[in-house]
Amino acid sequence: MNENKKTPEFKASEEGLIFEISKEGRRGYCIAPSELDRDPSATIPKRYLRQEPLPLPQTSEPDVVRHFTRLASLNYSKDGGFYPLGSCTMKYNPKAYEYIASYANFEDTHPYQPEETCQGNLEILYEMEQFLAEISGMDAVSLAPAAGAHGELTGMLIIRAYHLSKGNLRTKVLIPDTAHGTNPASTAICGYKVVEIKSDKNGMINPNDVERLVDEETAAIMITNPNTLGIFEAHIDEIADIIHKKGGLVYMDGANLNAIMGISRPGDFGVDVMHFNLHKTFATPHGGGGPGSGPVGVKKELEPFLPIPRIAKESEGFRFIYDRPLSIGRVKTFYGNFSVILRAYAYIREMGGEGLRLASEMAVLNSNYIRSKLKNHYHQSYTTDTLHECVFSDKYQQQYGVKTLDIAKRLMDYGLHPPTIYFPLIVHGAIMIEPTETESKDACDEFINAMISIAKECEAAPEIVKGAPYTTPRRRLDEAGAVREPRLKW
Amino acid sequence: MSIGVSSTEDLFKSIPKHLKFNKALRLPAPLTEDLLLRELADIAAKNTSQNTYPSFMGAGCYRHEIPKAVSYLISKGEWVTPYTPYQPEISQGTLQAMFEYQSMICMLTSMDVANASHYDGATALAEAAMMAFSITKRKKLVVSSGLHPEYREVLKTITAPKEMEILELPYTSGDGRTNITLLNEAVDETSSALIVQSPNFFGAIEEVDRCAEVAHSKGALLIVTITEPIALGILEPPGRLGADIVVGEGMSFGSPTNFGGPCLGIFAAREKFLRQMPGRICGMTKDMDGKRGFVLTISTREQHIRREKATSNICSNETLLATRAAMYLSLIGKEGLREIAIRNYSNAEYLKERLSKIKGIRIPFSAPTFNEFVIETELDGDELLNRMLKHKVFGGVALGRWYKEMKKAILVASTECHTKRELDEYVRIVSKCIEG
Repeated sequence: MNENKKTPEFKASEEGLIFEISKEGRRGYCIAPSELDRDPSATIPKRYLRQEPLPLPQTSEPDVVRHFTRLASLNYSKDGGFYPLGSCTMKYNPKAYEYIASYANFEDTHPYQPEETCQGNLEILYEMEQFLAEISGMDAVSLAPAAGAHGELTGMLIIRAYHLSKGNLRTKVLIPDTAHGTNPASTAICGYKVVEIKSDKNGMINPNDVERLVDEETAAIMITNPNTLGIFEAHIDEIADIIHKKGGLVYMDGANLNAIMGISRPGDFGVDVMHFNLHKTFATPHGGGGPGSGPVGVKKELEPFLPIPRIAKESEGFRFIYDRPLSIGRVKTFYGNFSVILRAYAYIREMGGEGLRLASEMAVLNSNYIRSKLKNHYHQSYTTDTLHECVFSDKYQQQYGVKTLDIAKRLMDYGLHPPTIYFPLIVHGAIMIEPTETESKDACDEFINAMISIAKECEAAPEIVKGAPYTTPRRRLDEAGAVREPRLKW
Repeated sequence: MSIGVSSTEDLFKSIPKHLKFNKALRLPAPLTEDLLLRELADIAAKNTSQNTYPSFMGAGCYRHEIPKAVSYLISKGEWVTPYTPYQPEISQGTLQAMFEYQSMICMLTSMDVANASHYDGATALAEAAMMAFSITKRKKLVVSSGLHPEYREVLKTITAPKEMEILELPYTSGDGRTNITLLNEAVDETSSALIVQSPNFFGAIEEVDRCAEVAHSKGALLIVTITEPIALGILEPPGRLGADIVVGEGMSFGSPTNFGGPCLGIFAAREKFLRQMPGRICGMTKDMDGKRGFVLTISTREQHIRREKATSNICSNETLLATRAAMYLSLIGKEGLREIAIRNYSNAEYLKERLSKIKGIRIPFSAPTFNEFVIETELDGDELLNRMLKHKVFGGVALGRWYKEMKKAILVASTECHTKRELDEYVRIVSKCIEG
């Protein structure tokens, strides 16, 4: 092990790779001995048997526990603090749901066990579809997609299948310039050309622009509402009408649903297909980048196209339905990310309808509080009212040679996670803040004070900000070097 | 109030009145934590789990022992509650775990590069097929019918807009493996990839090297799928048998079956295809002070940079399950994986041997298997499983729903979770059930 370890903090930040910790002959787990063990060469031809031993690590249980405990200590987490990532909705994840998800009767069920032995799971899935339909105003929901982008792809495949059933696939999809990068990527996979719609000076889509761009070859518009500036697309119903008149469909990216639960429903303002992010809106943990869950909701006319399997409630109980001739088919093995769906189900049951509405109200309140406190210190490109998130930029700080990236890195020295940066793309040097409802006024104030303090540092001592962070397990990393000489494994 | 609004109603004044929902959501009444736990325990009680009845179900989702240290470690908030590590200075734990996971996947598969994971084996396969298309610019995919039926379905769904021709090859009856003679005719100069699974859906170990020869002789890529990666403890890795891309399901490495989700999509490839790979990749680098550190890298392939020109639309991975896999493989280690693989193999061989001697049970396929095999009886597969369920055992997975010609067949998996007593009991119960 490394000789340079002097203090516990230093030790943690110098944690070696598990392969470096490995020592010949150590092990961390054993299975029971058995008289049945035999040599695989009895039936498997030698050329299909492993010729060289596996170089996996050899480590004891304490080695492994210490290694992953030390690694854990290098991570910032929602459990550890404020996490204002715009459009990512990093809300606190209540611990009861982790406990529920670990019930053996959930965790230890198999996707192919007979339906009569997993009625509890089917009930959760069935009811969850109903809950999401009610919250969104959509008519039917599929829980199959494993993540938001997977939900987008599923939704676009549904739109494609719908147009195919009408005899013309159509060729293009309209997407605002504020959209998440996954929107055009999902659209492209479905074979559609992306036509960008420019946002107007209020940070919204102007119906006149939609009118101008839409035609009989437009398969859909893909919109996020509230959009990634945190602004509610006030003309959404008018836009939906324009699209519908040309036979197109309205897709909504539900990433920002946390702003409007119980307040406004996509199904009521003209949306035909949308996806949900259970790991954002419904409080399931992000897991360092997954697992998530990205259910898709549709209006009645599109229900036949939803992926298989569907779930039906019948007099004898719940069952899966596979015979769906118009379905786009299967988008994932089994039935979606069940244990993520289970946590989100628990969240909805704990909150109830009023609780969800209150969550949205508090999320919007927190965001507007932060916006009002920072507006004199950071530039805003749009003055339109915002909901759950707000976007600033580095325009005031540029005169001191400080960029958004520097401000983000400096926040780490204040013990905080930075906001989403450089997104949406239409705001140069964007700083996109979404506090969520689970933060107290104290937590918001701590963030506000840090941001104001950094703004002052930018004036008085910009070099400090430009060199940040100083107190983190690592300082700025050489990302260009990582690309130039990729080292992707030990 | 300091923000210039006087009521919560004011906060939402940017939403036009006619677009507001002025009713209460029709959802069940809220619950306190204690009532919630009880309510969910009641719902859970409607299930019977593999913890209650011994399970011989596999078919792409296998129940294995999970060291308690994995469950303990992975429950820490520092693993469970961070976002994607886009800020590497404060995400070195997640990033290093990703790097270790990628390294282990490369070791196991003998491939050059692995990504930080996909949603599941089937979506990883679909991405691999699209990658083969973008590399070869050829539209035909030749797919073994020994590939998991749900993987074939996902492949079809996701590649539909590319209008690829998907040719399914029958398996050799009596053998259960991909028919190499037919393969020679099926793979041609228009084929982008040949897709095989080994061990395949029937548990049979495929002749991956011969598949590679056929594919490469026509300039097609070989994509090898693996749904039971424990097999790599004893089987020659696909990378040494000619695979160009390896995809698979990694739940067996320390994750519970969870009714089939979340899963862990494994994705690995030859180095020359790195820039065409989908998904997140973690790389090693240095920080300003020269200390070793890790970052997400080669991201110019990805949607947040390339938008509609990205190699894939994927913008997440299954970090938590990849971390579980890294923890699991560290704990069981070099010897452990081999021992567990031998136990899986030995248990399945013992069971197969004993079942083959019972009148009324036939082992239809002769190819060597790992931890899973097919049996046939005179009963409809579902009927046999229902009868076995009455004896409190999950007897396997019926094949009739996917293979019309296999109405009377079931797929039986055995792992290290089974003791000899449980295997003997299985034999006793099957014998009883087929007698009527």
